[in-house]
Amino acid sequence: MKKFERFEGVVAPLDRANVDTDLIIPKQFLKSIKRTGFGVNLFDELRYLDEGQPDQDCSQRPLNPDFVLNQPRYDNAEVLLARRNFGCGSSREHAPWALEDFGFKLVVAPSFADIFYNNAFKNGILLITLDEDTIDRLFDEVEAKEGYRLDVDLENQRVITHRGEILEFEVDEFRKHCLLEGLDDIGLTLKDEDAIRAFEEKHRQRRSWLFRQTA
Amino acid sequence: MSGQTLYDKLWDQHLVKQRDDGTALIYIDRHMLHEVTSPQAFEGLRLANRKPWRLDTNLATTDHNVPTTLIERAQGNSGIKDPVSLIQVQTLDDNCLEYGIEEFKINDPRQGIVHVVGPEQGATLPGMTVVCGDSHTATHGAFGALAHGIGTSEVEHVLATQCLLTQKMKNMQVRVEGKLGLGVTAKDVVLAIIGKIGTAGGTGYAIEFAGSAIESLSMEGRMTVCNMAIEAGARVGMIAVDDTTIDYIGNRPYSPTGEQWEAAVADWRNLVSDPDAVFDNVVTLKAEDIEPQVSWGTSPEMVTGISGQVPDPNAAPDETVQRSHSRALEYMGLKAHQKITDIKLDKIFIGSCTNARIEDLREAAKVAKGNKIADSIKLAMVVPGSGLVKRQAEEEGLDKIFIEAGFEWREPGCSMCLAMNADKLGAGEHCASTSNRNFEGRQGYGGRTHLVSPAMAAAAAIAGHFVDVRRLPANDATHAQEA
Repeated sequence: MKKFERFEGVVAPLDRANVDTDLIIPKQFLKSIKRTGFGVNLFDELRYLDEGQPDQDCSQRPLNPDFVLNQPRYDNAEVLLARRNFGCGSSREHAPWALEDFGFKLVVAPSFADIFYNNAFKNGILLITLDEDTIDRLFDEVEAKEGYRLDVDLENQRVITHRGEILEFEVDEFRKHCLLEGLDDIGLTLKDEDAIRAFEEKHRQRRSWLFRQTA
Repeated sequence: MSGQTLYDKLWDQHLVKQRDDGTALIYIDRHMLHEVTSPQAFEGLRLANRKPWRLDTNLATTDHNVPTTLIERAQGNSGIKDPVSLIQVQTLDDNCLEYGIEEFKINDPRQGIVHVVGPEQGATLPGMTVVCGDSHTATHGAFGALAHGIGTSEVEHVLATQCLLTQKMKNMQVRVEGKLGLGVTAKDVVLAIIGKIGTAGGTGYAIEFAGSAIESLSMEGRMTVCNMAIEAGARVGMIAVDDTTIDYIGNRPYSPTGEQWEAAVADWRNLVSDPDAVFDNVVTLKAEDIEPQVSWGTSPEMVTGISGQVPDPNAAPDETVQRSHSRALEYMGLKAHQKITDIKLDKIFIGSCTNARIEDLREAAKVAKGNKIADSIKLAMVVPGSGLVKRQAEEEGLDKIFIEAGFEWREPGCSMCLAMNADKLGAGEHCASTSNRNFEGRQGYGGRTHLVSPAMAAAAAIAGHFVDVRRLPANDATHAQEA
């Protein structure tokens, strides 16, 4: 995983509550056995006017001009501004893979669904939760100003708006550390290999039926 | 000190290490795998030169991509016409072979939807931690297990370390008290719960379903309720262990036997919340208030009773909800104040990890028996949850009832719940579906899903529009007997 560094990115607003992972990346693209290449199909049903197929050349497909990511003012957006309960539904990690592959490094919303929240951080995407009033205000500001950017400073847990306003945010220490250092969870967990083995042995003695060989 | 909730107990029994930063390692007893969310995890293992920590905890099956017609299935994997789907299924077979993981392949009689297969085999036991790269893993919580969906990175993490790196959730109890009316099922209960607390109501919580109406449910009904905890925002749904739980588990292929069984049952009896346990949030519903439910929108919380009508977006509590409702009505092709019973259907889907177990099929068959589907229905399909469910249904003659009524009787898989295979809705088609999600495009591009119980789906197939199952002759007869 790449280290999460401070950046200033264009903000694209997605004004819709309960954006589910089916909407982020429809099921037909989940047939891929790779982790990459999902960016062209991010929000496929909102973004294109036809039904997308896996492995299709998307450059020839009709774009929905009303969809926010098709508007030139949001070209190269790296920050997605969203509404409540973003990422609800299926556990598909293809959702953060698609966001990351498209170029998003940050999603800001009033709330996120639990599984999506985990999945995003494991793929180097920062999720920031801000209260509804602040989010409403950001939507207004982004709408009003073309090229609206946020300066994202994870180290100090703050974002600086286009107008210089500082918005502080909460993020748990471990997730922050992993993002900043670009750390691999599995490697970290395996440092506790002895503790896992010790637990496993105790668990086996106490509940032997959980270790029953059937195959 | 106050007592522990069921979730607290399961958490403590599996806690390997609590870290200072709030994260914890918990030990995983059962890891279920399917073809969609596992290939990248195996690839990750391979790239890092890692091996699965403990093989016997893993159990795999193919379900999402598999075709459901007999002709296609007769050819095994080569019956999968979509080359991309075929590669994904083949990749699971290859990975399981390479690493030595037990897999129920496409035409194994035990193959089926992963959340039907686990409990059916006794591979899901009370007191276990159960994970799977699938959000409907909460289903297994019906057994007093701690079960939840995980992402692919976590699938890899569990394969490599037998642990999940996670944080403890808060405790919520959802109580349903009283006696459910005739024709009101577990599906209606869980839809009513979601309608009440919303799709984000359970975010951050582990939900324990309790109360006399929940206790009265069979294991199959309990699985239906826990299955949809995620649709209320909660990764975990669970129900305490009682005699119903233990009776279900006995004598299944993976269940313990002999002395181990005795020891296990004694242990499982403790898997209930203590009487003085404190929940962070308690929600109560009266069973008598719940009528058969139908979703009208594009989120499971957009649901109402069969006697209700499509809501007016202008009556929504805030602007965000108002916009969501307006957009949902537009997508669904419905009008405010339209009666639910006036919604006409094009297709009927009876299946999915929510409602494809034997009792679900029995309920639907009871309604279908001796009737024909309406001429306006283009397709009505019944997709059993597993090969064993299918066999059982055929032994009971349910397949004949469905076929005579005009339903197609299919082979097991996820099918039109998420339409990764060829079973899908066309644009604009309305479907009465026993599945769990009515998101835009979920069952096919432009498709319009209405979530209902199996009996309601069967009744809608016959009438061509939604009807109240409580008013059907079969239920009237039962009423008469009771009176």
